Amino acid sequence: MIEVRSVSKRFGEVQVLRDISTRFEKGVVNQVIGKSGSGKSVLAKCIVGLHRPDEGDVLYDGRSFLEMGLEAKREVRKEIGMLFQSSALFDSMSVMENVMFPMRMFSDMKLDEMLERARFCLERVQIIGKDHLFPAELSGGMQKRVGIARAIAMQPKYLFCDEPNSGLDPQTAILIDNLIKELTEEFNTTTIVITHDMNSVIETGQNIVFLHQGRKWWQGGRKELLNSDNPELNAFIFASDMMRYAKRAMTS
Amino acid sequence: MVEEMDRLGVRSLGLVALMSVFMGAVITLQTSTNIDAAWIPKYVVGFTARQSIILEFSPTIISLILAGKVGSNIAAEIGTMRVNEQIDALDIMGINSASYLILPKIVAAMLIFPFLIVISMFLGIFGGWVVSILTGVVGPEDFIQGLQWDFDPYTVTYALIKTVVFAFIITSVSAYHGYFTKGGALEVGRSSTTAVVFSSIVILIANYLLTQILLI
Repeated sequence: MIEVRSVSKRFGEVQVLRDISTRFEKGVVNQVIGKSGSGKSVLAKCIVGLHRPDEGDVLYDGRSFLEMGLEAKREVRKEIGMLFQSSALFDSMSVMENVMFPMRMFSDMKLDEMLERARFCLERVQIIGKDHLFPAELSGGMQKRVGIARAIAMQPKYLFCDEPNSGLDPQTAILIDNLIKELTEEFNTTTIVITHDMNSVIETGQNIVFLHQGRKWWQGGRKELLNSDNPELNAFIFASDMMRYAKRAMTS
Repeated sequence: MVEEMDRLGVRSLGLVALMSVFMGAVITLQTSTNIDAAWIPKYVVGFTARQSIILEFSPTIISLILAGKVGSNIAAEIGTMRVNEQIDALDIMGINSASYLILPKIVAAMLIFPFLIVISMFLGIFGGWVVSILTGVVGPEDFIQGLQWDFDPYTVTYALIKTVVFAFIITSVSAYHGYFTKGGALEVGRSSTTAVVFSSIVILIANYLLTQILLI
């Protein structure tokens, strides 16, 4: 479980996060949603330690991340897997080398064991026979799946996904969403997905945090989301005709 | 490390060789056309060409060329990694990204650049010798006599010390600009250009200081 306590973050004159407190549960897909510029990615970066919050704290299973020493932070980071919006695969490495990279850096595994584990992860995300290809030779959806394979290579306790289905076609987006949900349940990870894809929220969201103007505006499950009377949340969720139609269909 | 030495050094060999041969030839031609007094012995052309190539052309001018080729390459590579979140990925994994990405490049350049510069020296002098044969502006025997005249091995040591310092400047300045790139593709291009400009300026300043410290 990850707990965020009163986190605030400012960049110059711009207050991006204001006193955010929330909990992300283990074994479920936690989602952070909100408009562009609402502070979703900054919150994620504060949680993983890429930004240091100006105030507040982040606790990984009760361990304060901000008060840890460098070595303890390094140990926690070994337990984190992250899928980036751009996949962030290393261009100079093949698919297999990308997935093996965290194992090469942090484990004492022999080459055979690393290869076996990497193959397992790639098969798990349905990437077969592409080991030797480089990221530039893969489609966007494949890159995302390789990114997931790399993120789960070290069997992480915490999985972060930043806009996992942005720029993907609807079918591939659903595939990625389902994959994240399956992996979360299979490995019992604390998964946090940053998204503004409503399809993804309706399909896989279990614990949803809505950010608005840098504040936590609302938190709840899928059912509460559809029945909420929060005006800002409704304006965000039901911005499209399709979502309004989906709500009518689900509630009738 | 070996891969970096290959990328930064061995793959620059063609450019360095081409530059050196032609610059050596031009230095010889220009020196011979500017020495027309009868009382100056012809072998001075070889002597001047050797001194120019060893003291300044190979270590400094070739390093400035390498600042353009290698420096822009380093800044663009690391800058692209920054804007594509690859550096964030390393940081989240708990890897010291600066050390992992930059240190091997600095060490590799400091090891391989002296070899490039020694090759450049030989090829520059070779270019001068070839032009002495082809044009007859100075006899090859005179040219070779000039090469051997009053040779001080310390000039090579001085050139190699400068080269190692310049290698450090090129890689560290370029890596710095790449590492702190913010934005997108446009900013990567800007970082690359800035890296070359700053590397070149720092090389010129360092060249002056090292010459004063080591030769005067």
